[in-house]
Amino acid sequence: MDALDGNAIAGLLVEVFGAEMTTATGVCGSCGTSGRVAELVVYLEAPGTVVRCRSCDSVLMVLVTARGVTCVDLQGLADLAP
Amino acid sequence: MVELLDETPRVRSIVLDPPDWHGHLAGQHVDVRLTAEDGYQAQRSYSIASAPEDEHLVLTVERLDDGEVSPYLVDELRPGDELELRGPIGGYFVWEASTGGPLLLVAGGSGVVPFRSMLRHRAAVGSSAPARLLYSSRSLDEVIYRDELEHLGTDVRLTLTREQPDGWTGYGRRIDADLLAEVAWPPEERPLVYVCGPTAFVEVAASSLVALGHDAARIKTERFGATGGR
Repeated sequence: MDALDGNAIAGLLVEVFGAEMTTATGVCGSCGTSGRVAELVVYLEAPGTVVRCRSCDSVLMVLVTARGVTCVDLQGLADLAP
Repeated sequence: MVELLDETPRVRSIVLDPPDWHGHLAGQHVDVRLTAEDGYQAQRSYSIASAPEDEHLVLTVERLDDGEVSPYLVDELRPGDELELRGPIGGYFVWEASTGGPLLLVAGGSGVVPFRSMLRHRAAVGSSAPARLLYSSRSLDEVIYRDELEHLGTDVRLTLTREQPDGWTGYGRRIDADLLAEVAWPPEERPLVYVCGPTAFVEVAASSLVALGHDAARIKTERFGATGGR
């Protein structure tokens, strides 16, 4: 499975957050690296969508959609700001 | 859907006239959702190939043999058919004339699609930002927009990695630091770089550019995978 980047989940993030999020800045809760969401590492079929830090590989976000409901786990992020 | 255009044996452009379309930025994409009769849904992202100034919205799609969405779009779709679209999407991998240049675009395979939008936009608004496209393709037959690229007022450098025609005078090797050093503006000129292609291609190109001294903050990347996800 290819590791993609945050551009690949731009549409999903609009669905979840109601706004364009790929230009938002996420801060890794493990190593403190901050970067644009578009630059984060994304696995689309993990199952579910898994977003990892490009520096330390920690899991930052997990998004799982079942029966039309998307569950979002942002525990790996220290911050997410537009 | 208005019209279907052959680009290469495996790639077609789909010309669309979506109702309530409020425009897009060059480099953005749309999500296309297909729903089967039994309710099964499959969704993929496709870069927009048309400029914001163009009359119609154009998607260019490469047929992936084991794909769930692209074989339908390339082989089954007919003029007059309707498609479910979400978009435009994305605000990161975009270029507007006001962003300036010099603009260096590095494409692997169908990674050239968002660059067609950017270059058509650049031409449509008469931008004076110098633009250069380095485009890696397996063979000349697989080069998308081959004729059009020559007429966009852009310095286009092709590299054919698998098969070169007789008398080929362009590059014939994979993109690496040496090739980028040859084609790119020097780091001191601070080009704005966009890299789009398969994941491995993007990693090599982006890390080579950083190693050559280009500012990582001026390199934007977009990766796509074998499933057409982007």
